[in-house]
Amino acid sequence: MSRATLAGWGRTNPSVASLTTPRSEDEVRAQLESGTSVIARGLGRSYGDAAQLSGGLVLSNLGLRDVGAIDDHGVVTLGAGVSVDDLLRASIPQRWFIPVTPGTRQVTIGGAVAADVHGKNHHRDGSFANHVREMHLVTPSGAFRVTPHDDPDLFWATVGGMGLTGVVTSVTLQLLAIESDQVLVDTERFARLDQVMAAMVERDHLYRYSVAWVDCMTRGARMGRAILTRGNHARAEDLDAVDLKAPGDARLGVSFDAPSGLLNALSVRVFNELWFRSAPALREGEPQSLSTFFHPLDGVRDWNRLYGKRGFVQYQFCVPDAASDTIGDVVSRLSSSGVASFLAVLKRFGPGNASPLSFPMPGWTLALDVPVGASALAGVLDDLDDLVVRAGGRVYLAKDARLAPERLGMMYPRLEEFLEVKRRVDPENQMTSDLARRLQLVGK
Amino acid sequence: MENAFGQPQNVVVLGGSSDIARAITKKLCAARTHTVVLAGRNQTLLDVAAAEAQEYGATKTDTVLFDATDVADAARTVGDAFDKVGEHVDLVVVAVGLLGDQRAIEDDASAVSEMMNVNFTWPVVALAEIRRRLVAQGSGRILVISSVASVRVRRTMYLYGGAKAGLDRLCQGLADSLEGTGVRLQLLRPGVVRSRMTQGQSPVPFTTGVNEVAENVMRGLGSGERVIWSPPVLRYVFAILRHLPAPLWRKVTADR
Repeated sequence: MSRATLAGWGRTNPSVASLTTPRSEDEVRAQLESGTSVIARGLGRSYGDAAQLSGGLVLSNLGLRDVGAIDDHGVVTLGAGVSVDDLLRASIPQRWFIPVTPGTRQVTIGGAVAADVHGKNHHRDGSFANHVREMHLVTPSGAFRVTPHDDPDLFWATVGGMGLTGVVTSVTLQLLAIESDQVLVDTERFARLDQVMAAMVERDHLYRYSVAWVDCMTRGARMGRAILTRGNHARAEDLDAVDLKAPGDARLGVSFDAPSGLLNALSVRVFNELWFRSAPALREGEPQSLSTFFHPLDGVRDWNRLYGKRGFVQYQFCVPDAASDTIGDVVSRLSSSGVASFLAVLKRFGPGNASPLSFPMPGWTLALDVPVGASALAGVLDDLDDLVVRAGGRVYLAKDARLAPERLGMMYPRLEEFLEVKRRVDPENQMTSDLARRLQLVGK
Repeated sequence: MENAFGQPQNVVVLGGSSDIARAITKKLCAARTHTVVLAGRNQTLLDVAAAEAQEYGATKTDTVLFDATDVADAARTVGDAFDKVGEHVDLVVVAVGLLGDQRAIEDDASAVSEMMNVNFTWPVVALAEIRRRLVAQGSGRILVISSVASVRVRRTMYLYGGAKAGLDRLCQGLADSLEGTGVRLQLLRPGVVRSRMTQGQSPVPFTTGVNEVAENVMRGLGSGERVIWSPPVLRYVFAILRHLPAPLWRKVTADR
């Protein structure tokens, strides 16, 4: 056990905790018996303070990395510390893909469960938990095998539960059959936000995957210009030659902290401009590798250091279809405030699942990265929270590092259902995190 | 816990009824602060400051009485304040100080000793206890109110300036010693601020109001810079002043 300074991917509010790496479910159980406050941590890709616990005990799940055999139906059991990268290296050559992937392969399966991650296919396949068959969970009141059927309350509280019901040790997952390692991609460029949103509503159902990159800095007539990329897995018959290559390693890395302020309103504006100029007005059926299409940022290791020592926050929210105007309101609020935000990611969400704390709801989600530094930023984001609450939406806890606690219940109206399950398996609130404390989610 | 912008939720303020401390507390409460424990020497003034904190959004306030001439009591004061917060303390503001009338006390050994206790020894002993508690917590911030008077000590207030210089330099070393503990110490160096403390002083350039100081503190908490100057331009003014030849320095500070 060692003392370690831990922070999220945005590197904004680090804290020091005891860090240890249990190698088995029994070792996890032994650690919980110590009675000190505990949270599990994977690869540290949640942006805020979800996987850290100031002065407490942080259990790294990276000691639990068994990848089981994939059966004929594509069902596999994985240690909670297996990363999406580990899984894909094993599964793609066997013609299986992960059913839901976030924008990076550097997340663990345990973390994917805790944040109930979603991908570009949410409109069609839902979030990660929808594909989980079973998991093993160590709670302060004992270890359980949890499925959506045996103890649905505990299952659905644990997915999306930000690690606060216990420590997930293994997950059984249904994979997706693929015929190649290529995706056939259609790319379209739009001059305005309303145009891209209309295109998504009309034709997203024809694609398994869909995502738009929106410019939140350009004002005036081209406000909210966007590039929409959509695709489906290539079938064997679509290709001249079928390949099933596993993802490779990152070719580039950032080995030092860039000066804070490198990414400012000017440099980001230039980047956004170049990005748009480089996109085609329309291109159809372009084959792209799985890595290029799903995980473009994985090509650069530690890219978060480009934001400098002060770090950055990611603001991701969703709103229901009925309040789709909110997306435009947010983009216009951001572009007029001069906040330096890289191309924001816009997606359609399909139906949510039964989890009381899961993020997605049918409608729209927008995510953007902003460097910490502009003194107005804290207030701008608080104003956006108000817009989102009024629209009946919410922000994503896996990205959050700044939400005010009084807004949590407004955004997650089923919070009390979650707390009821938590009280059952963790009556002393032993499972907690800096995020849980900041949001006053579970007492002290 | 504090958020990504350095805005704390639970705050302890030592010297909580001073004008600068009150202005900072108000701004903190308007952001994310909900629990404030104010320590000071006058219950009536503390109650006023606590009521003000509630007006600006604090949901829980409490007070602790102490006497900054009683150095042996510093650790008890800090302990009481932390206990009254009752959970993780995100920020401790050390705003203890006394300007004093140098001409009236400089020949009086016991008054000089008291002056050093209030401006230097008591805060340092308190900092020892604050450091111990925050390091055990694994995170937290300390904001120590120093003064530009500490950068180059001037003849008309060498007692105050000298004591603050000691505190300021000690805190620089303390801040370095905290690397890797999750705890951060930041110094605030305000110029002359219009407040009860400076009433009747002859006006000098770059004088500000307490709200401007508090605004600079909020920015400094967000950026995490080691030294927060208020107004920020004083960083450059004092880069020059501290290197003025001594005769010239004596001349420009002859009556201020």
